[in-house]
This record gives sequence, structure tokens and C-alpha cells, in this order.
Amino acid sequence: MPKQPPEVRKHNFNEVALGYTEEQALEEASRCLQCPQPQCVKGCPVEIDIPAFIKLLRDGKYEEGIKKIKEKNSLPAICGRVCPQEEQCQKYCVLGKVGDPVSIGRLERFLADWERARGFNIPDKAPPTGKRVAIIGAGPAGLTAAADLAKLGHEVVIFEALHLPGGVLVYGIPEFRLPKSIVQAEVDYIRKLGVELKLGYLIGRTYTIPELLKERGFDAVFIGTGAGLPQFLGVPGENLGGIYSANEFLIRVNLMKAYAFPEYDTPIRIGKHVVVIGGGNVAMDSARSALRLGAEQVCIVYRRSREEMPARKEEIENAEEEGIICKFLAAPTRFIGDEKGWVKQMECIQMELGPPDESGRRRPVPVKGSEFLMDTDTVIIAIGRTPNPIIQRTTEGLAVTKWGTIVADENGKTSLEGVYAGGDIVTGEATVISAMGAGKRAARAIHEYLMSKK
Amino acid sequence: MYEILRVEELAPKIKLFEVYAPEIAEKARPGQFIIVIINERGERVPLTITGYDPEKGSITFVFNEVGKTTRQLGLLKEGDSIWNITGPLGNPSEIKNFGKVLCVAGGVMIAPMLLQVKALREAGNTVVTVMGARIKELLFFKEELKALSHRLYVATDDGSEGYKGLDFLKDVLASERFDRCVAMGPVPMLQRVCELTKPYKIPTVVTLMPIMVDGMGMCGVCRVSVGGQMKFGCVDGPEFDGHLVDFDQLIKRQRMFLPEERLSALLWELGGCECDGK
Repeated sequence: MPKQPPEVRKHNFNEVALGYTEEQALEEASRCLQCPQPQCVKGCPVEIDIPAFIKLLRDGKYEEGIKKIKEKNSLPAICGRVCPQEEQCQKYCVLGKVGDPVSIGRLERFLADWERARGFNIPDKAPPTGKRVAIIGAGPAGLTAAADLAKLGHEVVIFEALHLPGGVLVYGIPEFRLPKSIVQAEVDYIRKLGVELKLGYLIGRTYTIPELLKERGFDAVFIGTGAGLPQFLGVPGENLGGIYSANEFLIRVNLMKAYAFPEYDTPIRIGKHVVVIGGGNVAMDSARSALRLGAEQVCIVYRRSREEMPARKEEIENAEEEGIICKFLAAPTRFIGDEKGWVKQMECIQMELGPPDESGRRRPVPVKGSEFLMDTDTVIIAIGRTPNPIIQRTTEGLAVTKWGTIVADENGKTSLEGVYAGGDIVTGEATVISAMGAGKRAARAIHEYLMSKK
Repeated sequence: MYEILRVEELAPKIKLFEVYAPEIAEKARPGQFIIVIINERGERVPLTITGYDPEKGSITFVFNEVGKTTRQLGLLKEGDSIWNITGPLGNPSEIKNFGKVLCVAGGVMIAPMLLQVKALREAGNTVVTVMGARIKELLFFKEELKALSHRLYVATDDGSEGYKGLDFLKDVLASERFDRCVAMGPVPMLQRVCELTKPYKIPTVVTLMPIMVDGMGMCGVCRVSVGGQMKFGCVDGPEFDGHLVDFDQLIKRQRMFLPEERLSALLWELGGCECDGK
């Protein structure tokens, strides 16, 4: 797929991957073997009939192709861009056993972009059921559940705490990987399904869940509030100026558009030597954003080795092409500040890999006496997020694990009647598509619950 | 959109807005705050709630016109609208009968203190209030506070009215016993109050409004060191045990974006940005 060249793109926030041309899409689609027992579908958390949509695409039936995708997935332009396809559908593609798998994600993106450029078709909805569902959080899980429930004829209201819908899609994932206008367009599509969106409503504070059910006339609630609470390292000096959580950094840049400061009012301060701690997609996104904001040097510090890095391979490659340096097997031990309270150095310790831990990855072990100093004026801590605690603290009787996640079964059913949950708030930090899968299963369960109630 | 019902200038550059926000008005309690976003390009600004009227469906808040956003806000009139308001946020204040409470408020935070004093009075406390400002012109709500408090002290930084600075509190604290102290105001003032109450072991609750972005526990910029532990101003606060707060660190963190804030205000003054729709 064509991309912006690294030396160009590292100075702008425009999308890196440019998408297939029609010719390229048709050529790629023609590689699909149309297996009688397709393996790819097994790897799709939202159960898209992949061979069917590829066949329609190949035959030039784009409209039918996107319709096929949208039977299962209401956010195809988003998924076509940010799904870890190599770990999901494409991992099971038979062609992958002998060479390159079919680029399913890119084909999905092609059809979604094709439809968006022409205007959305709104599918038929079931007749109104008279039931009302409150969805908490307008991220991938909530949007998916909302779309599915609306199509089933329920009245759906989404309560979003931030001032824009999209959740991690707007505050977390940078413009160059997922343009906000695309999120906006797909959210608009969900609105056109009849879903009402209320922005700036923090459930737990504005209304509690029992209030939604008892006083506000909702028959069921879906909690899709994600994992938004940043984790910190717990080392000395962490509260110095210039040290951001990845969430703060990305919220400023993506949601508040600090890259356009002072045209937009939210500032961001980027120094010359930026260090990003962590090895996941959020670390890559932070590092690449810092580079685009004008940092001279951006270094990712990760405590394991390249093999254990949880980020998508494609994104690590993109980052390295753009000139981001990776320092493996090192972990910060403290931060040192200047007289104004701004970070100026970071002390790290060298690690080596021991036997695997509970995550299955080899455990990093500090090498005694191997501390070393790095100069830095901006640090971004991207070591993970935990569930936001507000709903758990304000909903009596809701069972919660010791990690703060909400206890829910396969179908999202929680310990409270009529209350369902899914996505990162249940599983801990995971992917956009797995949250969408959870939203989908919960929508199905909520529908059954509502229809069985008289 | 949130309609502005009433604008009142309390003192030079200090304004009170009453805004139609029925859902927030129904839920708000003393000590909580809101996040205000003026327009689509605006930043998220946390402001303490200074009043609420569930029947009328309105809330009030008070701000000091200092930076770009608050100055822009100050240009809005009755009938204008604010793009988004989220709230109520943060934990409500603990209000009960403590006995005798010393309330110390400075600057723009005099406004929410009025709400606090009222609630403490209703809970049966004896309330001694101290209000302070840089200069006497900035002392607003004096009559209101006087009427609600058992006793009111006034202080100014320049001594233009009442006591000069807060040192007089030393004598007050030496001569009478308080069961609790509630302080709201600029960080250096809070720090000073805590220094003064500490020797007497008076539980001292301070309201902290560190720099925030989302205001709901996501970004962590509002982190404050309290008793050596990392707390978030927005979800763990805004009130904290003042004797455990690392004020020096907080003061440094408050200054993190000063150059950008100055730049933003300056460009706005020069009219360099057409995007504001001013």
C-alpha cells in the first residue's frame, strides 16, 4: 500500500498510509482463494464474512461489498486502519502459510473509504421495540453495541464523558494513523441509525447507573468506559515538569489538537530530546507524535527486547523509518530535574531477560550496578492503562475484580440485572476490535434480555 | 450548548456566570467542579461550582479574567452560550458537624467558600471565616460572608483593608481552638495556612485545582503528591489533607505551561488568530 515517504510524513500529521487505488484493490482481491472453509473468518472478532465481501469487491460490486461488511461491522474505515489484522483474520489466511496473506484489512478500508466518499447507505431497521438502552462511553465497544441495538429497533442513547465521541479513537490514536474526520463520519453513520449522543456526561457523576435504570427510564445499560487511567512507574522524580503520561500527551495532541496551538487553545511542550517509556502501540503513537511536533531526537526505552515488543510490527517499522531510536533492555530508575522542576536527565538500569513470566514473555531482570544516565527534557510514560474507577466507585452491587475491571460473562452480563459491560473495562487494555466484538456480543445479550422481559 | 442566564461583575476582572445546566444543577454539591469548553477550539478549563439551583436548573461559577480562555469567557453576555460544560466532577466536600471550623478563602475562591460556609453553618458548625485578596477592591461577597459566619476577618496583601497578610492568624490560632480548617485559594496561600494550622494539629482540608485536561482521571497531569503517594486532583480530590500535600512540587507543576499560556494570551490580544470568533 502506498505511504507518505518517511522524510515527508515525519513533519506532518496527515495519514501515513494512503490506501489502495482501485486497481491495487482489485489485484489484491483477486489473490483471495475463496476457500470453501475459510479460516480467516475464525480470526475476526466481529465475524465478518470475509470471502463474501472480497468476492463482491473483486466483481466490482462495491456497494454490495461494503453492505456485506456492515452486516457485522459498523466501523469499517476505522477497523481497516487500526485492527491488528496480522494477528487476526490475516493470521489464518491459507496464503500466509506459503507467502503473503491477503491484505484483508486494506480491502476493508478500500470499500469503507469508497462508501464514505459517496455517502452512507442507511440499512433497514427493525420496528421499534419501545425499549430504551443507555450506552456509557462512545468508544469502539459502546458505538458497536449502540449500532447493533438501534438496528434491532431499540431506542439508544450514548452518554460520553468527553466533549467528542470516539473514545480512544479520538483521544488516543493519532491523526496520522486514524484521521479524526473518519471517526466523525462513522459516528455520524451511527447517529443516522437513530442513536442519540449526549456529550459531556460523566456517568457516576451526572447520573449513576441505578438512576439511569430507575429514574431515567432505561431498560438496560451497557458500560463501555474503557481503560483510561494512566499507569506511572513509581520512581523518584516522576512528577517533574516535562513528564507526561501517554494519555495526557495524546489527549493534548489528538483530542485537543495541541499540534495546532495556538490556533487551538490547548498547549503542549516538546523538548529536543524526547524519551518514551514502553513498547506498545501507545508508545509508538507517542514517539511518532513527538517527532512530528518538532523533537530533534525521539528514543523509545523498553525493558525487554524487540521480540517481546507488543506494538504492531507495521507501526514499529513505520517508527524506525521515521528515525525513532529504540533502546531495548533498559528501565528508568529515577528522573533528575533542574532548578525549575523540569526534567533534565533520566537514570536507567540495564536489563537482561530471565525465564518467562505469567504473560508468557521473558521477564526482564535488572543487571546490578549497570545504571546509566540519559539526557532528556521530555518524557512520555506509555506503560499501560487501567480501568477508570468512577463507575465502580459509584455503583453499589457491581462486582469488580481486584484490578478494577468489571466482572462480566462472555456476553457482558454483570452482577446487576440489566447492566452489561464490555471492552477494556472488562478485559483490561486490549484492542479496538476486541472491544467491538464485546460490544456486539453484549448487544445480542441485551436484545435477548429486553425481549424476554414483558 | 449552555445558555448564560446572568452575568455579574463581582470585582475588577472577576465575573460570576449563572448558566442553564439543569442536570448539573440537580447533582452538584459543595466542593465539586465543572469543566468548561468555550468553543470547538477551546481548552478544557476546570472551575469550581459556586452555587446551584435545581428548581431553576442553573449553576453558577466565578472566574478571574487572566488567561486567554477566561478573558474570552469574560466577553460573553447574558443570552450567549458556552459550547460544553461537563459536571459535576470531583468528590463533594465532607459536610457535617465538626464543631468549630476556620474557613480561609483567597482571591476568586472566595466565591465557592460562600457555598461551603453556608453548608457548614446548616450542619451546625460554628464558622469563623477569613477572606483575603491582593487589594481591597477584590474583596467581594464580604456582606454575604459576614452574614453567614459567626465571625469574619478580612486580610489584604497590601494592607489596604483589614489585616496585612495572614500572619494575624497566628494570634487567632493561639487564642482559640478549632476542630477543622477549610482553605480555598491560591496555592501559596494554602501552603501558608497549612504551616499555621500544623502546630495545632487542626485537620486542614485544602481545595486543589491543579492543571487538568480531561478532569475525569484520564490524563494524570493533575497529579499531586499527598503523604508521599501520587493522587489525582480530579478523581481523588479536589480536597486533600493540606498537611500531607507537597506544595513546593505543586507550585512548580502549576507553572509548567506558563510560557504557552502567555503566548496564547498575547496572540489573542494582538488579534492574531481569526479562529476565535470574537
